[in-house]
Amino acid sequence: MQDKTPILEMVNISKSFPGVKALDKVSLRAFPGEVMGLLGENGAGKSTLMKILSGVYKKDEGIIKIDGKEVEINGIKDAKRLGISIIHQELSLLPNLTIYENLFLGNEIVKGFKLNKKDMIQKSQEFLKKFNFNKSPKTLTRDLTVGEMQMVEIIKAISKNAKIVIMDEPTTALTEVETERLFTIINQLKQQNIAIIYISHRMEEIFRICDRITVLRDGTFVGEEDIKNVTKDKLISMMVGRKLEEQFPYVEVEKGKTILEVRNLSWKKIKDVSFNLKEGEILGIAGLMGSGRTEVAKLIFGEYKKEKGEILVEGKKVNINSPKDAIKNGIAYLSEDRKKEGLVLKLSVLENMMIANLKAYENKFKRLNKKKQLSDCKDYIKKLSIKTSSPYQIIKNLSGGNQQKVIIARWLLNSPKVLIIDEPTRGIDVGAKKEIYDILNQLKKQGKGIIMISSEMEEILGISDRIIVMHEGRITGEISRKEANQELIMKYAVGLTD
Amino acid sequence: MEKLKALALKFKSLIGLFFLCIVISIITPRFLNINNLLNVLTQVSVNAVIAIGMSFVILTGGIDLSVGSILAVTGALAASLISKQNSLFLAILLSLIVGALIGAFNGLLVSKGKIQPFIVTLAGMTIFRGVTYVYTNGTPISGLSKDFTFIGNARVLGIPFPVIITFIVFLIAWYLINETRFGRYVYALGGNEDSARLSGINTDSIKTMVYVISGITAAIGGIIVTSRIGSASPNAGSGYELDAIAAVVLGGTSLAGGEGSIAGTIIGAMIIGVLNNGLNLMNVSPFYQSIVKGLVILLAVLIDKKNKK
Repeated sequence: MQDKTPILEMVNISKSFPGVKALDKVSLRAFPGEVMGLLGENGAGKSTLMKILSGVYKKDEGIIKIDGKEVEINGIKDAKRLGISIIHQELSLLPNLTIYENLFLGNEIVKGFKLNKKDMIQKSQEFLKKFNFNKSPKTLTRDLTVGEMQMVEIIKAISKNAKIVIMDEPTTALTEVETERLFTIINQLKQQNIAIIYISHRMEEIFRICDRITVLRDGTFVGEEDIKNVTKDKLISMMVGRKLEEQFPYVEVEKGKTILEVRNLSWKKIKDVSFNLKEGEILGIAGLMGSGRTEVAKLIFGEYKKEKGEILVEGKKVNINSPKDAIKNGIAYLSEDRKKEGLVLKLSVLENMMIANLKAYENKFKRLNKKKQLSDCKDYIKKLSIKTSSPYQIIKNLSGGNQQKVIIARWLLNSPKVLIIDEPTRGIDVGAKKEIYDILNQLKKQGKGIIMISSEMEEILGISDRIIVMHEGRITGEISRKEANQELIMKYAVGLTD
Repeated sequence: MEKLKALALKFKSLIGLFFLCIVISIITPRFLNINNLLNVLTQVSVNAVIAIGMSFVILTGGIDLSVGSILAVTGALAASLISKQNSLFLAILLSLIVGALIGAFNGLLVSKGKIQPFIVTLAGMTIFRGVTYVYTNGTPISGLSKDFTFIGNARVLGIPFPVIITFIVFLIAWYLINETRFGRYVYALGGNEDSARLSGINTDSIKTMVYVISGITAAIGGIIVTSRIGSASPNAGSGYELDAIAAVVLGGTSLAGGEGSIAGTIIGAMIIGVLNNGLNLMNVSPFYQSIVKGLVILLAVLIDKKNKK
């Protein structure tokens, strides 16, 4: 494998933005028929490097070679012409057009002035067939699942003769089944001798499909390794620059009385979900995507209105019809989708932190006490070590981990009894993940009840005191920390019961 | 240098206004004259008041096209109450209440009915213009008492009364938007509705409230216009919605919601007012004035876009 010649060589690439050196002599290679994993914490420079490769940014220094020849990439058009294609995290398909219209967008086949729809449909059909994609080319894109859209996006890249395909966290929005399908397609691409650059935070994926990996840290090149020569621990230490003794710190805490009880919760496909939660306990909810975990959380939080069932807080039945009611009863919910359901991106750190608790700062003229807000905000910035230049910094400019901490602070200001946290570390880099776990453990020590929904097996196993597993809207198993292991969770998650 | 640039960006509308004033006063010496300036302020006041209400709506990401028609309805109502009952207090109070109710009607259709604000208020614009025609029988209501025409024409300590009203409305709006929970919720809602709702904010009631505010400011506009002219025309206020939206946009508020300020809106209204006045003093034909106004709006938004990149 070492003898192969790389199709892409980026050598000593540097790039500065006003005030920051984003990349400092970074190198990256990609080989035909191989998957090169590109790893690093958020802010390590992965995106900047990929933006240089795809023509969005211009490099300050360094050389890019394709097939051994030096090339200049001065714009997206250049990159496309050189066969470089990027599959974005946010998909770029037009939902109101059909699959074939999307595939040929900008490259339509025409007869004079008239579109040659027949040829386009037929060609699309051929492409779709090649990837075992059983949909009519005339299907509207909006009727596809996210996974299917991604497939179309990949097919679109290949149909334009891409030789190098960049995938930026492609599985973030995919179900397990769709992820499997993506991996199959990646294997097909490899057979066609296409080089793939694969960016992901998920260790399991990296070890499954990457042939080599390149690690960046703080805008510098750490190393390129054959995947066979690295272990998970080595990878993590390459990424964070230090040994992570305990990525998943667990603390033993004396449990208190039952703080939340859910009885026979039902709504749409959620059927008779019952469980309870104690003070000082982290209850993990595991399950595959679409198993109804998030729905249960949103039912408890009043975002969805339950059809049946009861919720008891500290033994008393409570009536929850809206998030407002839930908050009043001491329940907090952190969404899995920070950007869409957590942050107000245009507003500052301070405003994002205060938004759920402004009432506490009103005087009798309904005027908000800004001084108190500022001091409380600074307090939490310190307590949770949030990295921000100032409380007035627009939250969009913070890293994922720090954004998550701001939202945690938002809810802590409400002093909730129950904290429901959905995918607490999604899109957060390795170092910051540990900090989030430390915060959760702190809260546990303070006697709060925490429900943690997670798709990351290690997180569920590492942090939870107890785990319930859901499958198709039902709880299929409950496991104590002692007996928990990956196989058992998977067994329940796919619906097998003993 | 960086700081200076940031400061300049923050006050870009103000700088634009200042620049405009200098250019106009160089071209025509009649501009910089205390009487003319007070005249400009008076002319600006109606648009400014309406635009303040409009700012609330636009900050949530909505739009209110019905303000011109609300102005006509409430103006006609005030005029007929004055001419029949001659109760100043009743006339003003009822006009404001009707303005608020129409706003609530719009707001509930947007929040609970989940219809796009553009559609709701476009329909409202036609409906309430029609209501005005029915109510006035298509003819202006005149013969209003001195008490009432005072509002639009008198001066207190040398300052035109409409200007004073505008200033008071501005102060209240400024307080609401900057110092209260409600104001913060308006920004949060405009920035991200899902996040706002999941933070426990009653987004429906905030949405309804901004249209109520817009209805009330339109009614204030209606009272000022009617009292200034001394009669209520069923055509009053048509096209005012566009001037108000223009003022908001010139003031740096994003039509997407979540970004902008009330002070900016006042400056936006002033820019339009000064431009009108200047073009009049220069004897530019109204046909050309309208072209110039449109171009200024485009230019302002273009500059804004450039700086944001």
